[in-house]
Amino acid sequence: MTELHKTGAAVGEPVATATPTAFLEVRDLKVHFPTDDGLVKSVDGLSFQLEKGKTLGIVGESGSGKSVTSLGIMGLHTAGQYGKRKAQISGEIWLDGRELLSADPREVRRLRGREMAMIFQDPLSALHPYYTIGTQIVEAYRIHHDVDKKTARRRAIEMLDRVGIPQPDKRVDNYPHEFSGGMRQRAMIAMSLVNNPELLIADEPTTALDVTVQAQILDLIRDLQKEFGSAVIVITHDLGVVAELADDILVMYGGRCVERGPAEKVFYEPRHPYTWGLLGSMPRLDREQQDRLIPVKGSPPSLINVPSGCAFNPRCPYADVPKDNVTRTVRPELTEVGGRHWAACHMTQEQRERIWTEEIAPKL
Amino acid sequence: MARAAAGGSHKEAPAAAGPRTVLAYLIRRLFAVLIMVLVVLLATFTVFYMLPKWAGQDIAVLFAGKATGAEQIEGIRTKLGLDQPVLVQFWDFVKGIPLGRDYANGADVTHCPAPCFGYSFVTEKPVWDTLKEAMPVTGALAAGAAILWLVAGVATGVVSALRRGSLWDRAAMVGALGGVSLPVFFTGMVAMGIFVHNLGWIHIEDGLNTDDSIGVWFETLLLPWIVLALLNAAMYARLTRATMLDVLGEDYIRTARAKGLGERAVITRHALRSAMTPILTVFGLDLGALLGGAVLTESTFNLPGLGLAAVQAISSHDLPVILGVTLFAALAIAVANLLVDLLYAVIDPRVRLG
Repeated sequence: MTELHKTGAAVGEPVATATPTAFLEVRDLKVHFPTDDGLVKSVDGLSFQLEKGKTLGIVGESGSGKSVTSLGIMGLHTAGQYGKRKAQISGEIWLDGRELLSADPREVRRLRGREMAMIFQDPLSALHPYYTIGTQIVEAYRIHHDVDKKTARRRAIEMLDRVGIPQPDKRVDNYPHEFSGGMRQRAMIAMSLVNNPELLIADEPTTALDVTVQAQILDLIRDLQKEFGSAVIVITHDLGVVAELADDILVMYGGRCVERGPAEKVFYEPRHPYTWGLLGSMPRLDREQQDRLIPVKGSPPSLINVPSGCAFNPRCPYADVPKDNVTRTVRPELTEVGGRHWAACHMTQEQRERIWTEEIAPKL
Repeated sequence: MARAAAGGSHKEAPAAAGPRTVLAYLIRRLFAVLIMVLVVLLATFTVFYMLPKWAGQDIAVLFAGKATGAEQIEGIRTKLGLDQPVLVQFWDFVKGIPLGRDYANGADVTHCPAPCFGYSFVTEKPVWDTLKEAMPVTGALAAGAAILWLVAGVATGVVSALRRGSLWDRAAMVGALGGVSLPVFFTGMVAMGIFVHNLGWIHIEDGLNTDDSIGVWFETLLLPWIVLALLNAAMYARLTRATMLDVLGEDYIRTARAKGLGERAVITRHALRSAMTPILTVFGLDLGALLGGAVLTESTFNLPGLGLAAVQAISSHDLPVILGVTLFAALAIAVANLLVDLLYAVIDPRVRLG
């Protein structure tokens, strides 16, 4: 890692060169699933970059392609999909100078758990019910480290201690069902961090937890990231979560990125109507007066028949602002709207700035 | 070191079920088994001893044979206690099982040692002796077939699940359907016709004795094992395939892969481990039922097991033997049930005994 990399933009327009500069660089990622009803384009041309020590928040509704993206990076669309129709994946995923999609699956498997690890949404179903927490952490450690069980067990206890589980030397022999929800997620985090991964993907890490526990888990992820210096991707539908954690935010809609940029830009100067909608539907505690939450009207688009033009146009209150019906015929490309800040919208910058400052921001 | 924000409510780890709770559970369950056996005893006793009486048949005549003189029949009646009230007869029978029993007609006393299930009407041997001779045959048949069908069925099911929709999967599942549908007396006859009579590869001993060598037992039981296993393996293949497909979709399988675990370990250590739970449940019950006598298989191959003993007893109105076999079968199923429940707690840590 050179100085250049550390200071480099965590999110940026992908540069079409063969040598990536970022720690993690995803280029034009497409994940399509053939089904009886047609081709489901879960992710359709996604690009982003992420540096070590930085956190990227990927935000979007259910079915926007967030989780599919993360499983794609982990290589879990191709591993062990018995008898199912194979997912069609294209694009490039560069992790620390290696391209993963064209790599030998065995090579990718060796990276899984060691260089890139994942925390899942529901720790109860994501942990094996028949094995103790300790056994599962020990297994994760011994896949990548040639050590005896005793050493691995000490490591497991150390990790449980580090994620804040009391009496780790006793709790290590408990089964997942003997843990509370928050404790389970801590154990899950301990397991994913046991090999000091450089990339950690947290897929809705707090969705299945109590509100009171959510903040603790987010604190934990942030603290551990500082300690380990890993790159973190947090996937969520909850803008509150990324507000706490993320350096950069990527908003996904219909399998594509509609806006991305530094967190403060996306929160305070969002330049896409869908982001406005997300912000409007988020409860705020830092305002004295709270109007009713405004939901984003309509439902997420079909990923088989994605609306032509801008995928958001059927739900967009400003779809008719650009002239000549262009929102329904031409797909908007991501364009830079400020420093390291991109959005895909047909409205002119001036129009969006005016609408945001005059119509949207005052209501939030 | 950033010892991460601890806190949150900490629950004391629930104490694992101690040996005392397990023992208490075991005693309770064994008591339940005893009660169940008594109920079965009452029911079968009523059916087999009382029904002939109500139908106007005389058990003493059944025992003695029709050609016997009236005086002898009365003697037998007294000796078997058939002149006693029904409840006394039942009590004497129940008591005889743990304590043994003396059949007396004046000076003519026959001692029936415990466990006494009475005497066969046909052979006049103690029923227990008949059961004792038949048990090893049924046991060997059941155990061998069970191992075969468990291994073959589960292996087929796993491969089918992993190659869902492939030619192998379809062929295996069609084969499984055939295996389930074809009755043992058909497959058994065909197998015997080909391998014993036509090709002469296998020599089947007519009947099996404990004196026979292991080789003879093996050769005689080989076809019955395969035929019986074929029937059950088919069912187990379908069951395994379905459970494996379920389990492979579980989140914790994805977690195992995300850890970087190789596919083989994912399948065996994580997926199969979970899939075995329902399979072992069914397996225990099937095995228990089979230990009570594989009637069709034993009849087809003329194996002197409990099933064949039952069939012969039924056709010769040998009531004490029927009663004995029925009791043993009920006991086998009850014990198998108990073992499955105990095993369940071993396999699945979420299951608590008590």
